Amino acid sequence: MSKRLHAIGAEFESAAEIYHAAEKVRDAGYTAWDCHSPFPIHGLDKAMGMRKSWLSAFVFVCGLTGFLTGLGLVTVTSFGIYPIIVNGKPIDWSHGIRALQFFFPVMYELTILFSAFGATFGMILRNGLPRFHHPLFNWSRFAKVTDDKFFLVIETRDPLFSDAKAKALLAEIGGKHVTEVFDHD
Amino acid sequence: MADHAAKLVSEDGVVVLHCPPELVREKLVNHDRSLNWITEKVSVICEEKTRPWWWIAFFIFSPIALLVPLLLGYQVSNGVGVWGENQPFGWAWDITNFVFWIGIGHAGTLISAILFLTRQKWRTSINRASEAMTLFAVMCAGLYPGFHVGRVWKAWYLFPIPNWNGLWQNYRSPLLWDVFAVSTYFTVSVLFWYVGLIPDLAMLRDRAKSKLKQWGYGLAALGWRGGNRHWQHYEMAYLILAGLSTPLVLSVHSIVSFDFATSIVPGWHTTIFPPYFVAGAVFGGFAMVLTLMLPARLLYPQLDDMMTRNHVDKMAKIILLTGSIVGYAYLMELFIAMVYSGHFYEYNAFYNRATGWYAWHYFAMMFCNVITPQIFWFKAMRRNYIVVFIACQFVNAGMWYERFVIIGTTLAQDFLPSSWGHYTPSWVEVLTFVGTFGFFITAFLLFMRFLPMVCAFEVKAVTPQADPHHDPKGHDHEQPKEAALSAH
Repeated sequence: MSKRLHAIGAEFESAAEIYHAAEKVRDAGYTAWDCHSPFPIHGLDKAMGMRKSWLSAFVFVCGLTGFLTGLGLVTVTSFGIYPIIVNGKPIDWSHGIRALQFFFPVMYELTILFSAFGATFGMILRNGLPRFHHPLFNWSRFAKVTDDKFFLVIETRDPLFSDAKAKALLAEIGGKHVTEVFDHD
Repeated sequence: MADHAAKLVSEDGVVVLHCPPELVREKLVNHDRSLNWITEKVSVICEEKTRPWWWIAFFIFSPIALLVPLLLGYQVSNGVGVWGENQPFGWAWDITNFVFWIGIGHAGTLISAILFLTRQKWRTSINRASEAMTLFAVMCAGLYPGFHVGRVWKAWYLFPIPNWNGLWQNYRSPLLWDVFAVSTYFTVSVLFWYVGLIPDLAMLRDRAKSKLKQWGYGLAALGWRGGNRHWQHYEMAYLILAGLSTPLVLSVHSIVSFDFATSIVPGWHTTIFPPYFVAGAVFGGFAMVLTLMLPARLLYPQLDDMMTRNHVDKMAKIILLTGSIVGYAYLMELFIAMVYSGHFYEYNAFYNRATGWYAWHYFAMMFCNVITPQIFWFKAMRRNYIVVFIACQFVNAGMWYERFVIIGTTLAQDFLPSSWGHYTPSWVEVLTFVGTFGFFITAFLLFMRFLPMVCAFEVKAVTPQADPHHDPKGHDHEQPKEAALSAH
């Protein structure tokens, strides 16, 4: 199989360097690019021109689903298919719905449970994970991304992408070890 | 150590503001360590050859952990009668130990969630280990109610599973709320812990020398690459999980306290229980965090610069605060029962607690939980590891006594003297409890060996060089701002 160019990457030494580099790549108008760092850098979202994560909206929907599941579970079973009289509390729909306080803990816990699943798996799937391999792992220097180095990567799928221009831009903004990353070795 | 910041210097080198040294914040990572230093010191614990002390500890505690399956097997095959409890003492060591273990878990969630929401950055070096502690403690706790039901093979009746008899649970029962609260708590704690682990698992993957480790850590790290487009959603997910865990952890121990408070037994039927239980849980949990952390720190001296004396000091302060809340609750409970309520049985329940058959438990509880933490008013005590460790053992014991006092003394002597009863734990109960400690420590040893004990990426993020506006020449970006303020 022939190699296909995946991206052009460059290495930076510090959070400050990649922050300023990101501002310049953003201003150059690229869209399919990313900054890889060992830890989340404060303010980098803005420097990259990114909008707020919409994960919170997704989690809200999950939480609502959890709440309604809880509500359905307690009411359908306790008022519908298996009514139990406890403390003389009403067991029919019309009166029972007013005595919902006792059912609240179940709804509350299910809201939290569903939201937590939504937050975790929403984040993982949104990030395109899990995946067994990625072209960036072919770049030997990239292993330092979880240690103390910072990498800025411009992908070939970017509409503005041109090999020479991307390399020149990365070198100009202070990137070291500007490298072509291929999709397999 | 913090002298460098004792005065603020404007850009032209003129001293503009003197700050008294005691107001200067201590650094979170001592000796200005580099990012690479943090990676090395954290990863080496999982990468080096297993140390002799680890094997010794493992061979001591893992056989003790085996007591749990052996004795639970004995209990299941012989019936719940092999435990010492009987009418009227239906809840004894089993529920005491359940509440004890679940309470310990709460400190882990407090550190990981509540301190995250309140932006207490010092939490970063201790949150991973305390979350792991939470999981192991909740596992120990979960055993008890399951096996306490007697016919454990019918424990699935606790869950809303459609069955041939068409039976459903009573959702008005606090015991069922417990099922939902504890199982949700465990699940959410696992998710939160795992989400926090992903970037550090990627760190171990990238450093792995052997194929097996590369595969193992690689699979667990899910292909994490640290891209900012990933970090963005990651941080949002982490924030949401922290925001969810906070009300969750408060609800779990509140619901545990409802098991008692919604009954009409004198000594249990009180509205003070939820906040008092939550404070007690955090109190006992921090003692357990320190019980594990101080030896870990001794065994891995390279972590000294991350888990500093400052951390121990702050945790001791939380023990003092929550211990004082617990002390206040004890006294308030006593005041309400003895003076304010005018309720004969309530009065009697508390009178019997302090003077009855189990009075020494009551005074042990008072001494361990109310008196001991008061030494933490003194900074020298908070910063002395030996004093802190010993005080934490008192707190661990005290919190166990508290649960026994609440459960045991109340059931022993309730309304009619004709229905009073003694209780002595059987050897099966004692050894099962010992076994849970064996399991807890064995699980923690395995965790220390195979997973990064310190959250390396979060520690890196709180170093000065992680700030994109950090100037390595020493003029941090805040200084001109402060100087400008002081000029007015």
